[in-house]
Parts: sequence; C-alpha cells; structure tokens
Amino acid sequence: MPVLDLGDLVDPAKYHEPIEISGEDPQFLRGQLREMLRIRLVEQQLAGARKAGIIGGPVHLGVGQEAIAVGVSACLRNTDRVFGAHRSHSHVLALGSEVHPLFAEVLGRDTGLSRGMGGSMHLWDAPRGFYGSVPIVAGTVPLAVGAGLAAKLQGVDAVGVSYLGDGAVEEGSVQESLNLARVLGAPVLFVVENNFFSSHMHIGLRQPSNATARFAQAHDIPFAIVDGNDVVATRKAARQLVDRARAGNGPGFLEAVTYRWLGHVDWREDIDVGVNRSIDELKNWRARDPVARLAAALERIGEWSAARHATLIEELDAEIKPAWDRAMADPWPKPEALLDRVYARGGQRQ
Amino acid sequence: MTAARLRYGEAILEGFEYLLGRYPEVFVIGQGLWSPWYVGSSMTDLDKKFGKHRIIDTPVSELACTGAAVGAALAGMRPIVVHPRIDFMLYAMDAIVNQAAKWSHMIGGQAHPAVVIRGIVNRGGEQGAQHSQSLHSWFSHIPGLRVVMPYTPTDARDLLIASTLCDDPVMYIDDRWLYSQECDTSPIRELDLREIGPQCLRAGKHLTLVGSGYSTHLCMVAAGQLDARQISSEVFDLRVLNPLDCRDIARSVDKTGRLVVVDGSWSNCGMAGEVIAQVCERVDPRVLRAPPQRVTLPAAPAPTSRPLEAAYYPTAEQVADVAERLFGAVETVA
Repeated sequence: MPVLDLGDLVDPAKYHEPIEISGEDPQFLRGQLREMLRIRLVEQQLAGARKAGIIGGPVHLGVGQEAIAVGVSACLRNTDRVFGAHRSHSHVLALGSEVHPLFAEVLGRDTGLSRGMGGSMHLWDAPRGFYGSVPIVAGTVPLAVGAGLAAKLQGVDAVGVSYLGDGAVEEGSVQESLNLARVLGAPVLFVVENNFFSSHMHIGLRQPSNATARFAQAHDIPFAIVDGNDVVATRKAARQLVDRARAGNGPGFLEAVTYRWLGHVDWREDIDVGVNRSIDELKNWRARDPVARLAAALERIGEWSAARHATLIEELDAEIKPAWDRAMADPWPKPEALLDRVYARGGQRQ
Repeated sequence: MTAARLRYGEAILEGFEYLLGRYPEVFVIGQGLWSPWYVGSSMTDLDKKFGKHRIIDTPVSELACTGAAVGAALAGMRPIVVHPRIDFMLYAMDAIVNQAAKWSHMIGGQAHPAVVIRGIVNRGGEQGAQHSQSLHSWFSHIPGLRVVMPYTPTDARDLLIASTLCDDPVMYIDDRWLYSQECDTSPIRELDLREIGPQCLRAGKHLTLVGSGYSTHLCMVAAGQLDARQISSEVFDLRVLNPLDCRDIARSVDKTGRLVVVDGSWSNCGMAGEVIAQVCERVDPRVLRAPPQRVTLPAAPAPTSRPLEAAYYPTAEQVADVAERLFGAVETVA
C-alpha cells in the first residue's frame, strides 16, 4: 500500500482561485468571512502590540490559518469540549469568545479569559465549549479524548475536539490517544492543522510523509484531508466526522493543510528560520488566502464587493480597537491570585 | 464478641465499591482492571459489579489514559486512574505534572480536574530497579497536586473516598506490602481531604518517629521494640504529603527533643528531609537533644539479588537502632 501523501495541496502555486461555494447560503458564508477576518484583525493587533513591546509574553499567531477553526466551529455546539494548543486564538474566537477578554488575557489582566493567569498560551472559555489550551505540544490531545469519553459515559451527544499541529503527531501521546479513542469508541474529532512546520523545521525533515492522516489510517479512524484554506471544504469534511462521532460511531481525524504567514512565535515572518521557508514560497502561500478566496467567490456571484469588504473591516475595527483600549486599562490580578488559585477554594490546611 | 477486622487491600476495595455505588460520575481507568493479578485484592470483581464501561481496562498507554482521565474530570466526571506500578506511571508525567496539577492555576481557578491518580508501590521479590520505586517525594514537590499515602486500612478506604470527592487532582499512593495489614472495621466516613493532615498514632515522651505508608508500619514496629529499651516513642503518620503540614510534628519534637523520619524513598531532596526541614524551621534549636535523623533507601536503584535486596530496604530494627543511638550511652532518659 503506498504511503498516504498530500498530493498537490503541498504545492503553494496551486489553490489560489476562489473557493467552490455552489449550493451554499451566501448569508452564512458572509458570516464565515466575517469570523475569519475578525480573527485575522485580532491577531494583527496582537502582532503589532507584541512588536511594540506592549505584550510581555510570547504570542503564537495563526494568520493565514483562520479557515480551519471557523469551518470546524460551524459544526460544533457550546456543549462540545474543545481543546487547543499554543496557537489557539482562532480556536477560541471561532467558538464565539469576545475579543475583549482575549486581549485582557494576553495582557495578563484580571478580566481575561483565564483571569489573567494564563496569557496567550493558556486560554479558557468553557461556557462556549473551549475547555483549555496549553503550550506543551500534544499536551491536551489525550484530554480531548477523555472529555469525549466523558460525554459517552454521561449519555450526552457532545464531542471532544482536539486541535493539534503536524509537529504534535510526532509525540507518543498522540499515537496513544488515537488508539485509545478508537478502542473506547470515544466521540472525538482530531483536527490537525498541518502548516508544514514545527517551531522551525519543515515536515520533510521530520517525517517520511507529509500526510499526518496516515496515522488515522493506521489506527482505523475515518479521516479526511482538506485544503485548510477553504472554509467550505473544511466545514463539510468536519461536518461528516463530527456528526458521525456525535451519533456514537467513534472518533474522526481531519487533516487541514495550511500555512502560517508569520513565524512560529510573534510578529516576524521568519523566512530565515527553518528549511524551505523562503520569500517566494511565502508569497505563493499568501495567495492561497482563505479570506480573499472566499471573498472572491462571493464577489463572483454578486454577494460581495470591495466596498462591502471595506465596511466590514471598519465594523470589525470598531469592535477590536475599543476592546484593546479597555483591556489595556483593566486591572491586574490581585496579589493573592498567586496562591489562591492553586487548589479549588484554597488548599492549605489552616 | 470481637470486632470484625478490615484488611488494607479489602479496605481499598470497599472504598471503590462505596464510590461507584453512590457517585455515577466516578469511573476507573487503567491497566489490569479486569485481571485479578495486577492490583491484588483491592479491585476484585469491580468490573462484574459495576460494568466494564465504568471499570475500563486499557491499552498499554499510561500517558493517554491519565490524560484522558484529566480531560474527563474537566468534563464533569470523577475518574480514578490506576497505575499498578508507579514505575510505569512515569510515562504519564506530562498529564500529571504539566496538566492536572497546573490546570486550575493556569486558567484562573475557573475549572479543576477532580482526578485521582492511584499509583501502587509494588516492590520486593527480586523484581529490581524498575519494579520497585516509591516516588511520592517527586510528586509532593508540585504545587496543585495533593499527595496521599495511607497507612491504616481505615485511611486506605476513607482517604480514597476523600481523594475522589476532592475537587483537586490527587495522587493516591498505596503499598502492596501493606495489603495484609488489619484493623478493626469502622463505618465509612466522607472526609474533606483539605482537613486531613498527619495523624498521631501513638503517644510517647522521648522520641518522635515519622513515617508515611509502609514506613509508618516500620515506625510502629520500631516503637514497640524501643518500649522494651525504655524509650517511649510518639509516632506520626503523614497521610497527606502535599500540601504538607508539620505543625503537630513540630509540637511533638518540642516535647521529645528527638526526631527520626523514616521514608521508603531516597534521602536527597526527599520527604524525610522535607519533614526535618519543616520541623527545624518551627522549633527552637535548643529543644533538640540530638540531631534529627532519617532512615531511607541507600542511594542506589533497587537490586534483584536476594542478599542485596535484603540489605536495601529499611527494617524496623534499623529504625530502632538509629533511634536508640540518639540517646547515647550516658544520657539518662528523662
């Protein structure tokens, strides 16, 4: 049997054209466009503030990867249990989190998603289904399996969702988790955002094949490989796998092929870091822009225009800028927060 | 009529039965749960009584199973993960130390993984270096992770229940060498783990002995031997190693002036040293009538060869001898 590979999805000169939207509801797609652009503008705000030194800690930005979280989240409910990783701003925003508490969290303020205790790499919004993100690569993958297993034990039709990257599949934890999910029939969707890079190293130097879905194949888990910069294709593939898991038929695996426009961390493009990351390649990948390709598809059928796009950016700016200013003025956690959140309701024996 | 007796292994089983019978959110996951030889008498037939969907025997995947339990806890369950040997549990360090222990703090105290991680100390019998370890000191180093080591059968049962009903992640460590220990039965009590600390098992005047788990057993036997040498020992069982509260022990040392801590792990950066440090931080140095001592494993992995193994593990006689030396040849016992 030949080893699975990604075919022409790896060629950055391809998939530049508008995405296929026939049969889709234009109004819904305008909403998807808005969500993707909102994520992008939020991340650009973070990039600028990090560059300016206003944000103290690292921010891992996913500019260029917005379609994956938006497409997947369209299939989810706020009762689902979603876990992320170090690059999870898009995951939490796509579930409907407000911009202000995300900003406040990145700035370490008491009003943040994690009460200012987590920063960019530890996000939480369980009321919207986001159970948490952490920067240990693959750290939350088994947690998502357990959250899915819990749904099965609780007799509810929620699913666990694990966002992971192409680097994470190299961790033993992921292999164990895939096997465990399959054997226990846990309702889980594994979403691999394959952007070809671990922090700095191209997948070609790390794995014998660029298709991480071969691990799903090995564990007998249904999978799909999609253009992760096509929000419609991503949603359709996720829908099948999520519905299947929700119906009690076990885990699914979605490999979404994408590319991050910026470096592993912070605002730089990092064209000098890692093999196979050049200005030319980046330029090509930027032409596979998930936002522009959806906008162009809508424009082609008369459902979008440059003027509407400009208006949308103005509207989003009107949400984002005040949210940032408000977060900047928010209070820090009180000093006692250092100790009183280690255990539930305080832990030291008095 | 004599009171019914409760053995340590069966006491743990009683704790499981109590939890599974009363709390639908409790489930158990780990290796060997459908096999009697993995976990001794402590889990016999649980799968038959409560179903294989709640007593989940698993693939050989310590990390994924522990991580899955953490995730299930965040989703409202109260899982108990069972590691039949702590040595193998080291594969699960990320789920325990990075995820479970830090989760509450990292996300501002808004969610807590109420998971119990049961690690069994299973050593001796010429099993050697990787079938022998007692690593409670490591885990007690980590803020956010409660560490429980029961010695009495009653505690083995009631602290398993308390650990499971606690909202924080708890490392519950029991020792196969204690499974045949007995005590009188008592009614099950639902305790608040946050209220549990070291327990004084035996009052004494001349010496304070401190242990945890099987080491407490050594202390109790040694205390009996020391009685015959006219040395009266007060014995403390730590029970909860993290967060550790040594105030009662320090008060005891204030009275006795002598401290010996027995620990089934190694000395350096270990539990025995921590107890001594906390006591020394609390007592006036002038009350110490002799330097505090620790009785621990030699600084070597466990051997397999019979005579070496016999020399490796501390004995009650060794504890008694170390204690007796604190009194010197000329000193009159007060």
